[in-house]
Amino acid sequence: MTDRRKLLGHLALLLPPFGWLTVFYLGSLFALLLSAFWQVDSMSGEILHEWTLDNFRILATDSTYRVIAERTIGIAVLVTITDIILAWPLAYVIARKVGPRMKLVLLVLVALPLWSSMLARIYSWRLILGHDGVLNWFLRTAGLPEQSFAFTNVALWIVFTYLWLPFMLMPLVSALERIPASLPDAAGDMGATPFQTFRTVIFPLAIPGMAAGSVFTFAVTLGEYVTPMLVGGAGSEFIGNVVYSNVGVSGNIPFAAAYSMILLVVVGAYMLLARRFGAFDGA
Amino acid sequence: MSGSMRNLALWGAASAVLAFLLLPLLIVLVFAFDASSVQVWPIHSFSLKWFYATWADEEVRSALLVSLEVAGLATLLASVLGTLAAVGMNGLSSRAVQVGSFFLTLPIALPGVLTGIAMNSFFTALEIPFTMVTLVIAHTTFCTVVIYSNVMARLRRLPRSLLEAAQDMGATPFRGFASITLPLLSGSIVSGMLLAFALSFDEVIVSTFTSGSETTLPLWIFGAIRLGQHMPEVNVVVFAVVAVTLLPIILGQKLAASASRE
Repeated sequence: MTDRRKLLGHLALLLPPFGWLTVFYLGSLFALLLSAFWQVDSMSGEILHEWTLDNFRILATDSTYRVIAERTIGIAVLVTITDIILAWPLAYVIARKVGPRMKLVLLVLVALPLWSSMLARIYSWRLILGHDGVLNWFLRTAGLPEQSFAFTNVALWIVFTYLWLPFMLMPLVSALERIPASLPDAAGDMGATPFQTFRTVIFPLAIPGMAAGSVFTFAVTLGEYVTPMLVGGAGSEFIGNVVYSNVGVSGNIPFAAAYSMILLVVVGAYMLLARRFGAFDGA
Repeated sequence: MSGSMRNLALWGAASAVLAFLLLPLLIVLVFAFDASSVQVWPIHSFSLKWFYATWADEEVRSALLVSLEVAGLATLLASVLGTLAAVGMNGLSSRAVQVGSFFLTLPIALPGVLTGIAMNSFFTALEIPFTMVTLVIAHTTFCTVVIYSNVMARLRRLPRSLLEAAQDMGATPFRGFASITLPLLSGSIVSGMLLAFALSFDEVIVSTFTSGSETTLPLWIFGAIRLGQHMPEVNVVVFAVVAVTLLPIILGQKLAASASRE
């Protein structure tokens, strides 16, 4: 009896949050799936609830959309790799080189940008990379040639790398923290050089952390349209930008829905891959 | 390479990465005080005049109000939903908790544009017009997980004996919850609310797809940067947004730290 009452208690508590989530989120994903097979009446602009594969046919045949999808995925991969490389030295210092007080300070400093405005962080790079920006001033002062990265895919790469670096740092720090000091010590005692210890002991044990971080850096980069619009150029369109303009400008929600399905498939596949590398074991 | 050289290289690289993370934010904060109307570095003269101009701008003010309203309402709703989810899930099998957490995290784990277009299709299919209401629904949906994980983390550290003692003394589940659990959780709920508020206040991707004609502050900033208009005002607004989002974070960290010491 009490067990049943307990279970009912759990259910009563869980009903509002999961009811909300089911209606508004799962409902939305379901609506997205349906919309992808609808179409827009070219005359009236109304959405016709008639089943069609036209959206997918266009996506499969028009090479523009393939190029955009390849660019989106390619840059997301590049950003993920760059973030892994950049995260290592700082994560290593935070996890294994400083005392607990300093560690807390550094962790807060790493988390700060993540929680402050994303738009502000993107915008800051317009101020840095612009023709009269901070970077060119610095290069001029140092007697180096000026750069013109603004509104190119290079800018896109830099800004994405910057935006999502904390997502890589955090899980890498916690993966490195979990390695007991005795392991690298033992490797050293056995005569391993510091590089051998790193390659055979520390790096393999940090793979789940990198996998966990990469899920974030990859997925958020993939689903962006704001950064390409603000710092990218003519050839910087992402899948998100096509979705954005199809919803906003041309009102073709079914087509946008169909194209966004690629994101769902790619992110889903990536999560499965990352799980094999232990991305979700720590949580 | 000798040990000290290696250490030097490591610290050098780590400092460079930290600078890469923090300097851009610093630069954007400094530009708010630039007297000039075009953004050129180095800044020649500093002034507060754009702060006054921005405050006087009706568009900015109404966008600020919309943002405060949406973030406030979404945070309140999310705090109820997130707390219920955490308390309801506490004590279930770890498998059930895993599945529940997965569902709650989906709205922020999936790419933003996907969540945005999905909610857009949902409201369009049901012929619900895009207003403040849809905006609040969307924000509540992705803010709930923030409260949930904060409260859940606290619950995990809470001794079950406290609750069981309350029940043994004959308290109804509701009394036990109101007089024991809730006060113990209040710190984590409040710090979760601060984070949720910051998340909502700054959100632009999902908002674009669910706002209709409403303009939140991030949407105003996005539009202004894209069109290259009102740039000095953008500097000021960005300064304010960073300040407003940093404050709750720092407060939240403090609260969380003191709550974990209790």
